[in-house]
Amino acid sequence: MSLDVTDLRVSTVDGSPVLHGVSYAIAPGEILALVGESGSGKTTAGLAALGHFRRGLVPAGGAVTVGDTDILSLTEPERRALRGRAVAYVPQDPALSLNPSLRIGRQIAEVLEAHGAPDAERVAEVLAEVGLPTDEAYQRRYPHQLSGGQQQRVGIAMAFACRPSVVVLDEPTTGLDVTTQALVLETVGALAAEHQVAALYITHDLAVVAQIADRVAVMRDGRIVETGATRDVLGHPTHAYTRELLDAVPSLDGPAPAGHEGTPVLAAKDVSVSYGEIDVLRGVGITVDSGECLMLLGESGSGKTTLSQCLSGLTAHYTGSVELDGVALPPSVRRRSAAQLRDVQYVFQSPFSSLNPRKTIAQSVELPLTRLTTMDKAQRRERVAEMLDRVRLGRSLAHRLPDQLSGGERQRAAIARALVTTPRVLVCDEVTSALDVSVQATVLDVLNDLRRDMGMAILFVTHNIALAREVADRIAVLLDGRIAECGPVDDVLTRPTHAYTRELLANTPRL
Amino acid sequence: MTAVEKLEVVDTPEVPASQPGLFRRAWALPRAKLGAALTAAVVLVAVLGPWLGPVITGHDPTDFAGKPFKHDGIAGTDGIGRDVLTRFLAGGSTLLLYAVLATAIGIVLGAAVGMFAGYSGGRLDGVVMRGNDVLLSFPQLVFALLAIAMIGPHGWLLVTVIGVTHAPRIARVARQATVAVVASDYIRAAEMYGVPRWRILTGEVLPNITGPLMVELGLRLTYSIGYVASLSFLGLGIQPPTADWGLMINENRIALIVQPWGVLLPVLAIAVLTVGTNLITDALASAAAREEAR
Repeated sequence: MSLDVTDLRVSTVDGSPVLHGVSYAIAPGEILALVGESGSGKTTAGLAALGHFRRGLVPAGGAVTVGDTDILSLTEPERRALRGRAVAYVPQDPALSLNPSLRIGRQIAEVLEAHGAPDAERVAEVLAEVGLPTDEAYQRRYPHQLSGGQQQRVGIAMAFACRPSVVVLDEPTTGLDVTTQALVLETVGALAAEHQVAALYITHDLAVVAQIADRVAVMRDGRIVETGATRDVLGHPTHAYTRELLDAVPSLDGPAPAGHEGTPVLAAKDVSVSYGEIDVLRGVGITVDSGECLMLLGESGSGKTTLSQCLSGLTAHYTGSVELDGVALPPSVRRRSAAQLRDVQYVFQSPFSSLNPRKTIAQSVELPLTRLTTMDKAQRRERVAEMLDRVRLGRSLAHRLPDQLSGGERQRAAIARALVTTPRVLVCDEVTSALDVSVQATVLDVLNDLRRDMGMAILFVTHNIALAREVADRIAVLLDGRIAECGPVDDVLTRPTHAYTRELLANTPRL
Repeated sequence: MTAVEKLEVVDTPEVPASQPGLFRRAWALPRAKLGAALTAAVVLVAVLGPWLGPVITGHDPTDFAGKPFKHDGIAGTDGIGRDVLTRFLAGGSTLLLYAVLATAIGIVLGAAVGMFAGYSGGRLDGVVMRGNDVLLSFPQLVFALLAIAMIGPHGWLLVTVIGVTHAPRIARVARQATVAVVASDYIRAAEMYGVPRWRILTGEVLPNITGPLMVELGLRLTYSIGYVASLSFLGLGIQPPTADWGLMINENRIALIVQPWGVLLPVLAIAVLTVGTNLITDALASAAAREEAR
């Protein structure tokens, strides 16, 4: 075994346990996925393999063995000497881990220098391994001149550069779009196999696990609840929690949603937006029918957030028109009437920034009622309580501040705020991308129920095509500021007409 | 989705404690307690002094109490024979009042301008803040000297001039904090719900910038005390024969060797007061920085 972790216990400095005896082992050339939701302890368990503990955490027992060395018995300088040579790490966000003021060739050479003599040839070799250009001009680039996927591949190249026997990868594809993710996963798999590296892949995404890992360990509350070969664990989970996680993963396959008949409510007609020289939207037209859910699909930079903000009046400088029931809406929210504001509501991407940290949940949810309706105080209170019930937030949460709520609870509170005026169209901008997969399932479930009960239309903006069958009736695919394809979910998923949609479908990892 | 119902149960952890307020976190630091003790001691002397003085010494602050520079009583007499202790006890209240009023004017004016500029953004922000920079380039004391030399040494002028010259400095901090808050989605949300601008500033922005504003408040109070005392010392603040710490230092400095109390007492009081308010400010700043890091 290259890496052997036995009965590892980690606690905070004041003694409360974080890991309760975690054991796992990885053979050379094998990829073990450590799966869990936020707070499960997966990153703590993974970093322990490097002999690293985050501030405030201390090892409280157990052993971490790399080769023949017991890492935990070493001093910090000795551990540091091992890092890079015997163990290496690929962090989550390459943009933060690469030095922004060093050329990438120089950064790679620095890693090699720390563990022996570097030469220009070796730097080129390292770059070639991850499929990046090796020429001088490329090596002279700064990290900001690389795309996110290229930055991550530089990070991977640096980790594998000194031929470590163990590499820990901490959610390395979280910020990347599916096509880039597929490429990065392929690179990692090939490198691990070729150099007989034991790879520990920390992730929350079970679909990614299915694609890359040989074995899986599922973590929850600081314990490994289930471990085994990937096919067995994902195919025949034995632990209830693993089954819950698997159930929550959105699936691309499944029955076609019932077709929807409706009249157009909200429409964008020939909407264009440009910032200086850059065209963000080029004559986009979409229609949302009453009671339907339209998925607006696009990668980062496709203009999907800009479009949803045009529709909801948060971006005012566009050409073309946005119509509600055939009547053009004023571009800016400042000019829209109370009725128009009530009818089109918007839910923000991050629940961590959309709620005022100084206001209780009830105060935040009440705000639209105070401004946009003539309800008196008692009526507003009643309505807020009813809405919080609908999004399944207990009444005890109403008087808490946002920082006392989990991410999923916050997002449901934000949805309650948007729905409290019973809008006819709800624009949801990547509302689940900041959330864990099981929390995402809850939020989607809440949205589907509300749509059924209240009959509103939803524009669901996302980068994740896997969610299509979970929420949408129709899909509009946005590419470089244009609608590439638009149609019923079943048609688009089974018979995509545009090459881009086909590529997306092909690269989306499945269980 | 059966998973969802189950997860619903999982999803209810024990109530996480909300972060305690800025003041409570600042109070947890030892320097805040020390600062508060020092400040409270001087404030107590300044506030109760005018009543206590005559009771303890039997003299009025402006009374002739004996021969000049005599060591009668507890702290002796000053150059024209007034009782030093009585004058010391009487001399803090005006200074303190002026400093507090000047700081209040500065905070209200500065926060209003800074928040307005930060929230408006664009060209308006540029024009307001560049104007602000021009004001910032004048030393505060020069402004005060100029105004008082022209109009005369009135209390209201002292307070106004110090307050108004504080404002550009506070505006800078307020604007910076506002810009960070305005980037948050909850400001977008409030706009979307038709909340008027001034309500967004007072209801959404202000509660989220109290940290930096409190730090500014403490800092400017410390400066105000210094400025009021300095101007009185220069003869441009509180006028004789009123007892005042700044003025006392000037009146008695010629006899520092013969009768040190007349200088030492007010100097000590001003020093302790400024160190005290500074320690409180420092604790607030640490607490506010920790909040930001979260």
